[in-house]
Amino acid sequence: MKRILSIILTFCMICSLCVVLSGCGYTYAELDLRGEYTKEYAGTTLNVYNWGEYISDGSDDSIDTVKEFEHLTGIRVNYTTFDSNETMYSQIKNGGVSYDVIIPSDYMIERLINEDMLLKLDTSKLTNLDLIDNKYKGLYFDEKDEFTVAYCVGMVGLIYNTKKVKQTPDSWNILWDKKYKDDILMFNNPRDAFAIAQFMLGQDLNSTNKSDWDKAAVLLKKQKKYLQSYVMDEVYGKMETGEAALAPYYAGDFLTMYENNEDLAFVYPKEGTNIFVDSACIPKNAQNYEAALMFINFLLEPDIALANAEYIGYASPNTSVVNNPDYYYYGNEILYPNEANTPKTQYFHDIDNEIRNYYENLWIDVKLY
Amino acid sequence: MKNSALGRRIIACPYYVWAAIFIIVPLIMMVYYSITNPVGEFTIDNFLSLGKYSKAFLLSITYAVISTIITFLIAYPLSYAMTKLKISSQRMILMMVIFPMWMNFLIRTYSWISILANTGIINNFLVSLGFEPLKLINTPGAIILGMVYDFLPYMVLPIYTAMSKIDTSLLEASDDLGCNGWQKLKKVIFPLTLPGVVSGITMVFVPSVSTFYISQKLGGNKTMLIGDAIEYLFNIGPDHYNVASTLSLVLMVLILISMAIMNRFTDETDEGVII
Repeated sequence: MKRILSIILTFCMICSLCVVLSGCGYTYAELDLRGEYTKEYAGTTLNVYNWGEYISDGSDDSIDTVKEFEHLTGIRVNYTTFDSNETMYSQIKNGGVSYDVIIPSDYMIERLINEDMLLKLDTSKLTNLDLIDNKYKGLYFDEKDEFTVAYCVGMVGLIYNTKKVKQTPDSWNILWDKKYKDDILMFNNPRDAFAIAQFMLGQDLNSTNKSDWDKAAVLLKKQKKYLQSYVMDEVYGKMETGEAALAPYYAGDFLTMYENNEDLAFVYPKEGTNIFVDSACIPKNAQNYEAALMFINFLLEPDIALANAEYIGYASPNTSVVNNPDYYYYGNEILYPNEANTPKTQYFHDIDNEIRNYYENLWIDVKLY
Repeated sequence: MKNSALGRRIIACPYYVWAAIFIIVPLIMMVYYSITNPVGEFTIDNFLSLGKYSKAFLLSITYAVISTIITFLIAYPLSYAMTKLKISSQRMILMMVIFPMWMNFLIRTYSWISILANTGIINNFLVSLGFEPLKLINTPGAIILGMVYDFLPYMVLPIYTAMSKIDTSLLEASDDLGCNGWQKLKKVIFPLTLPGVVSGITMVFVPSVSTFYISQKLGGNKTMLIGDAIEYLFNIGPDHYNVASTLSLVLMVLILISMAIMNRFTDETDEGVII
């Protein structure tokens, strides 16, 4: 009996070892490259600082962006992640660690440029720059395209469960509809939650007028009695299981939820919505400027941009991806709405401290209401 | 004599260093933050702005008092019943009380979500039997349930310890002297277990009044208890550390006052008293 058991256990161990080992082997993809990647900077280190789960990492047979780049150039990439623009900012601001490539969002880039914390990009080295859609050039935070290269684009929209919401909603006001009491979710952070109220009121998202924020807060207080809960990441579970009927969230994340629950649908409300662009840039204290440019150019490579766009699930600003019929989200009307269906959009801007403190305090009033 | 005193002092040294770094210094920082503004100037504005949090304080205290009372009402009869059992059964029940504490408290709270949710275990069961689903999650009741569940062991353990130490001859004597059941409980058992009760109440009340995670997960982020307010303020950035520290300071003072009141009920020499 003991012997049989030990044979079985040994067998199990060998099997699991095989599984582990086979998982380790990453086979490099045959990339069709436009730019030139030399081994000139081999042996140097490149510090990349990006959002979590924001780059194709080789899981599910995808391309491992970082490994491919290291293989191609011999540069060692030290890849670290952040979970909010503010965390990233304090890391850069307080020094300590220096990063060569960072990928923050629009309003944070505006702050970084205003505080003179970014280096200008040598566009002669960025040979793939022509692939970026003109829509994502000359954006408000970098009108002359001196500092940034767009990486990912996203818009907030309204996710609803077609089993519970019979008519197709077209306005944010359905989030205030008492018919759906206890079935509505809302953003659990002040900026995104206020943005929805501000669209309802037709305000500027970046208003510096305190009374605008007061009015938005009144609206949010009114909404509270109809809400099931305020959520961030919990939205996935709650929408996928049908626990809630309505939620505002990002288009790319809706596509993930849809894979798990086909009763879900998505619209861009007519009042308009918030758009964000995350862009690659090089901070002032970068130690490896040339390698950083090479990495940014590499991110624009059609094969790499495609892998990243499919992995992340947000819209890509790269025309080679958008026009590629093999792209998983090719022609997806939610990520890439046509002219007629494109909603009115507003960007977040870097808001000055006084106003920020003001609405952060108003959010407490909403929560205590 | 002198040597052993020195030895004792040396042995205690790591503790003093520990206490200084992790208790005294943070306390001083908290007091400093609570009386300054983000620029570092002295101010009392933080205390003046506390008015808007009165609702949060009130809610926290109400929920904490309710859950303390409920845990007491569950724990006291349970402990009494336990002492009447065989030693092996006592161990078994004690084990069952402690067992959930081996799991992470975040996971325990999360499991309540899947039990209480609109599409959760209870409601799925009700719906399959043809009943209307109940609104269980995101209610004050759910928050209090979470607190009671998470903190119950802290009430059971001290009361059970006090209860099991009662000398049975005292109970027999009270019987002999003609006490009925109620008198026995009131005049003999309760006074003897009072130190356990006091430490149980303190150990449940203090974490309940300052909790934040339970209220967020089981209350749908809609109720802001004082712990939630402190967590929110610390999360959104350094500009809010000052008010957050003031809130923490006031909360601490409230807890100290309530503990001082509780401790008056017992003799200071009794064992089992906290602080």
